[in-house]
Amino acid sequence: MTERSRPRLNIGAVRSTFAPWADPAAKPLVRFENVVKRFDGETAVNGVSLDIYQGEFFALLGPSGCGKTTLMRLLAGFETPDSGRITLAGEDLAGKPPHQRPVNMMFQSYALFPHLSVERNIAFGLKQQGMPKDQIADRVTEMLALVRLDGLARRKPHQLSGGQRQRVALARAIAPRPKMLLLDEPLAALDKKLREETQFELMALQQQLGMTFLIVTHDQEEAMVTADRIAVMRSGEIVQIGRPADVYEAPNSRYVADFIGDVNIFEGKAEFADGTTVRMSSPEAPGGFDIVEDDLLDVGSTAWLAVRPEKIEVHLDEPPPGPNRMAGKIEDIGYLGDWTTYLVELESGRTIRAARANAKRFVDRPVDWDDKVWLTFARDAGVVLTQ
Amino acid sequence: MKARRDRTGLAALAPFLWLGLFFLFPFLLVAKLSLSDTALAIPPYTPRLDWSGGIAGLKTFFAALDFETYARLTSDRLYIVAYLSSLKFAAISTGILLLIGYPLAYAMARCAPAARQALLMAMILPFWTSFLIRVYALIGILKPEGLLNTALRAVGLGPLNILNTETAIYIGLVYAYLPFMVLPLYAVLERQQHDLLEAAADLGCTPFEAFWRVTFPLSLPGVAAGALLCFIPMVGEFVIPDLLGGSSTLMLGKTIWTEFFANRDWPAASAVAIVLLFTLVVPIVLYQRQQAKLMEAGR
Repeated sequence: MTERSRPRLNIGAVRSTFAPWADPAAKPLVRFENVVKRFDGETAVNGVSLDIYQGEFFALLGPSGCGKTTLMRLLAGFETPDSGRITLAGEDLAGKPPHQRPVNMMFQSYALFPHLSVERNIAFGLKQQGMPKDQIADRVTEMLALVRLDGLARRKPHQLSGGQRQRVALARAIAPRPKMLLLDEPLAALDKKLREETQFELMALQQQLGMTFLIVTHDQEEAMVTADRIAVMRSGEIVQIGRPADVYEAPNSRYVADFIGDVNIFEGKAEFADGTTVRMSSPEAPGGFDIVEDDLLDVGSTAWLAVRPEKIEVHLDEPPPGPNRMAGKIEDIGYLGDWTTYLVELESGRTIRAARANAKRFVDRPVDWDDKVWLTFARDAGVVLTQ
Repeated sequence: MKARRDRTGLAALAPFLWLGLFFLFPFLLVAKLSLSDTALAIPPYTPRLDWSGGIAGLKTFFAALDFETYARLTSDRLYIVAYLSSLKFAAISTGILLLIGYPLAYAMARCAPAARQALLMAMILPFWTSFLIRVYALIGILKPEGLLNTALRAVGLGPLNILNTETAIYIGLVYAYLPFMVLPLYAVLERQQHDLLEAAADLGCTPFEAFWRVTFPLSLPGVAAGALLCFIPMVGEFVIPDLLGGSSTLMLGKTIWTEFFANRDWPAASAVAIVLLFTLVVPIVLYQRQQAKLMEAGR
């Protein structure tokens, strides 16, 4: 739950000045306070507290059944919390039915009204607000242009492609200018290429509108690309909240490290920790691990080192002995074009994943199956985890 | 490959054979009858087709056919009144059926799945008893000394004279046709996605508004199907008005029966039947198109 911040180091490759969550004076737009929701005795949301700020693109990320969708539906008003409080712009939402809440949702199924044309779908919420006809027409035209559906206004939903339907659903949800837009797995039904394009479109749209977006997704890439902050959820609880780079480079648990991206986790014992360096012994590495880490671990306690595949180097020549070094044999090679993934079997029998960006078209000495290789990584490549 | 295609061709022919034998042929007989004249003979009409006369005989046969009976239908007020009153009974009953059937189907579609099956069963259960027996049972309930009046007297209320009135016909029609209204309505309502209502609520609709803006318009194909499915057979209904409506009610089904069996005026009965058929062609075609659209939407 705690946000790890390491002012000494810049985490990740992105520098962002937008960080209202770091400002103690900032008031959150949405605040969940110890929210609990049970279904027939099963706890779907277990004491979640969460602040989301105006203008943020916030992602709830987790596997199916982790409670992320329930959390969103609690905010939309489709579910009632068993205990706890949800406030929107300082106002308690308890007892407010969905139609009185100034948030709109884009449904995973899109839930477009099949009997209404595209324009009347988009106008649905505006008509409900009692907006005058000419203003509705203007807003619908504006929305159609925004999601690039001009010319399709008179079509019925069943005459549209999946990508077009997705954009109608988006336009319909943002047309009434809600305080917040909720997106439930918005891109799940699209194919990979369209999904990647749409991720960037969503970001651009959010910036353009200045609207607060809350997205629910099980796709870590979707969350990483679009969100300002991500809350990683597990069995009804939030296990970590942070910027994409925080959760990737500084996960607070093996669960988060494993859920976001690929990772190699080594179990070991802490030998030394002084607040800047942690040294660990491990059966996997004869020279032990020597890591830049500010955790103060008890000597002799069990700890885990998490190292991402792209931070592990593969050598065909034996490097000088030392820490952070392992020997093994190439078991498998996966060539992905932009990346090559190596599966390396260590002497202990464990298989480690290493990846290399294919920055050049030609390689002097290509790595082959069954080659004997050495794996090394830098002192700041891994994260020491205690849970 | 070829032989197989031939056999498929035969299979495709079967429904046409069926329709030709049991629909087209009787239809032509009735159409011919309606163009004939009454006669004191057995069977009571003329001309009769006689193959022995050869081509000349056929010529005289066709020359004897005319539209005189139809002219008689338009000149006699009785037929026009029966025609209009049939349409009135069918239309008003369809309206009542919609008012009763829609809430019923809606409630069924919103039930828990297990209860839904039981209610559906209850809807279909009356079909296990003969239609005639059920109408006679209604007589037993509605007659002056029947169940209803006995019960009313027990609580000190005056007897209701329902049997042999228009009210009895409406009660009978609505009772008999209710399943045909409820089932198509239930089918469209049950299929409706719940997330559409959530989307409507999310966009600012109260549950009542969501019903009128989403549920009801989406159920219109079911409304049309149910209404046509009831209206079409009710126009020509015979048993219910005959048994419950008494002698004074005029409906086309009864008129046809009277012309055939009481007056032995076969041409008039046939002409009424043909007029009835052509009146119903429009709603039948509408119903067929509605069904085709439903199938389309279901895919």
